[in-house]
Amino acid sequence: MRLHDLTRAMINGSTTGPAPGVDRDMSNAMPPRALPLLDNDNTAYWTGGANAELLIHRCSDCGYYVHPPVNFCPDCEGRKVAPHPVSGKGTVETFTVVHQQWVPGLKVPYVLALVTIAEQDGVRLAGNIVNCEPEEVSFGMPVKVLFEQNEDVWVPLFEPDPDAGAA
Amino acid sequence: MDQRYPEKNCAITGIGQSEVSRGATKSALELTVDAALEAIADAGLSRADIDGIATWPGASDVTTGFSPVGIPSLQDALRLKLGWYCGGGEMPGQYGAVFEAIGAIAANLCNNVLIFRTVYEATARKASFANSLLRAGTRAQGMFSWYAPYYNYAAAMQQALFFNRYVHESGIKPEQQAQIAINQRRNASLNPKAIYRTPITLDDYFNGRIIATPLRIFDCDLPCDGATAIIVSRMDIARDLPNPPIRIEAVGTNMHYRNEWTQLDALATQAQPAVAEMMWSRTDLKPKDVRLAQLYDGFSFHTINWLENFGFCKRFEAGDFIADGKRIALEGELPLNTSGGALSAGRLHAYGAVHEACTQMWSRAGERQVAGEPDVCATSTAGGPLAGAMLLVRD
Repeated sequence: MRLHDLTRAMINGSTTGPAPGVDRDMSNAMPPRALPLLDNDNTAYWTGGANAELLIHRCSDCGYYVHPPVNFCPDCEGRKVAPHPVSGKGTVETFTVVHQQWVPGLKVPYVLALVTIAEQDGVRLAGNIVNCEPEEVSFGMPVKVLFEQNEDVWVPLFEPDPDAGAA
Repeated sequence: MDQRYPEKNCAITGIGQSEVSRGATKSALELTVDAALEAIADAGLSRADIDGIATWPGASDVTTGFSPVGIPSLQDALRLKLGWYCGGGEMPGQYGAVFEAIGAIAANLCNNVLIFRTVYEATARKASFANSLLRAGTRAQGMFSWYAPYYNYAAAMQQALFFNRYVHESGIKPEQQAQIAINQRRNASLNPKAIYRTPITLDDYFNGRIIATPLRIFDCDLPCDGATAIIVSRMDIARDLPNPPIRIEAVGTNMHYRNEWTQLDALATQAQPAVAEMMWSRTDLKPKDVRLAQLYDGFSFHTINWLENFGFCKRFEAGDFIADGKRIALEGELPLNTSGGALSAGRLHAYGAVHEACTQMWSRAGERQVAGEPDVCATSTAGGPLAGAMLLVRD
């Protein structure tokens, strides 16, 4: 987790601070992010970043990751499914470079992506790809998670993983 | 009739459509009444004959204009006496309302079902940027909440994730993708009710701004105000009515894929392959028998996906299929979205497509009429994890 970025956002007096890299010019913040309503199932996912952890529900019996979270494993029918820290690494399954300025202040272009986690095919996390130029994002690109605190939500974002491919 | 397939005992007997505009002169309910009365009269029926109503998705938040009119309002306005009614959004796309009506007719709950879809999105957008499910200020719930924090303001972005994967896997070229919009604008130029009627060139297409890769502005449908209605009747009744019955030959309704928008198994093809396969399994007809296609076009890539998933061309070969625009033109082997569709005639949200299918099969399409009295039409709704398909045959 990039504490200095979080700190910088807090110094600027904003708990809905811009993502590092998304906003290259701190004088012009992005609009506030829409946030999820936290509930029993999704709180681990959206708050794990407080401890620099990406938490994905996993079956305690067979190890299958269940996302979105629910207390049933569709693989082995186990009922013990609990949040489990994953590596935070993944690959870009698909993405789009957004050019339309939907609301005032929105800085374009930016990237919306679905990232498949390294631990299991088919577990896809939505996120913005930050800390790189939009045109650098590609299919299959290795990425790693970072978090941006917005109120009581630690929003998972992704950035290029410089360690990918290293032994 | 093959008792296994009750849709074959149902037919479209009448159609109606209100004025379609970028700013209605009437209320959404008035538009709906206009469409409903026109459809009832077209079928040769009277209000007293209508004993069922179905709609998708039912009345929802009126500020978006997405679905401002529900069944209770229309039933009351027309003072209908209904044996059955059904409106809701959790169905196999917009045609879910038709599939429900087939079941209700088979169950002898009703005989003549009025099916409608009303949109008021053009007017709604004049008041505010109202489309987004994911506005800041209110916390997002449900499956869209997984997208919520990512400046994910519109369907264009959510679906661009599917389309860009399709581009990656298929290798379709932008100048091929453009043919959907160009063809439909040409068709719209021959449709007096279409909203945008000036033909566009490839240059015009590329001069359109990029919304979210790979979507340009001409790949996106056109919010409008309007209402469409169709009457679906039991076949024995349909045979005694003035219009040649347009039988529902087969339907595709299944949900075999993971249905979460972010977890959909088939990113590149969306949820349509299994739905199309199911439709073909319920008929002896084949893709080569189809004379007309009215395929969902919320975005041009939906149409491209449906061309492949219905089997009109091979997987990932739609780009070549549409490349010169000739096959899908009015004069081609598979005239496609002949009214101009949602991209040019207006986002009537699949019911514009079924209205046009019947208009063509009843040879009422004027300058844009497909030659040869087309009698078999494939039509489809929705994208992403939602999909529904119908094969229509004029008796």
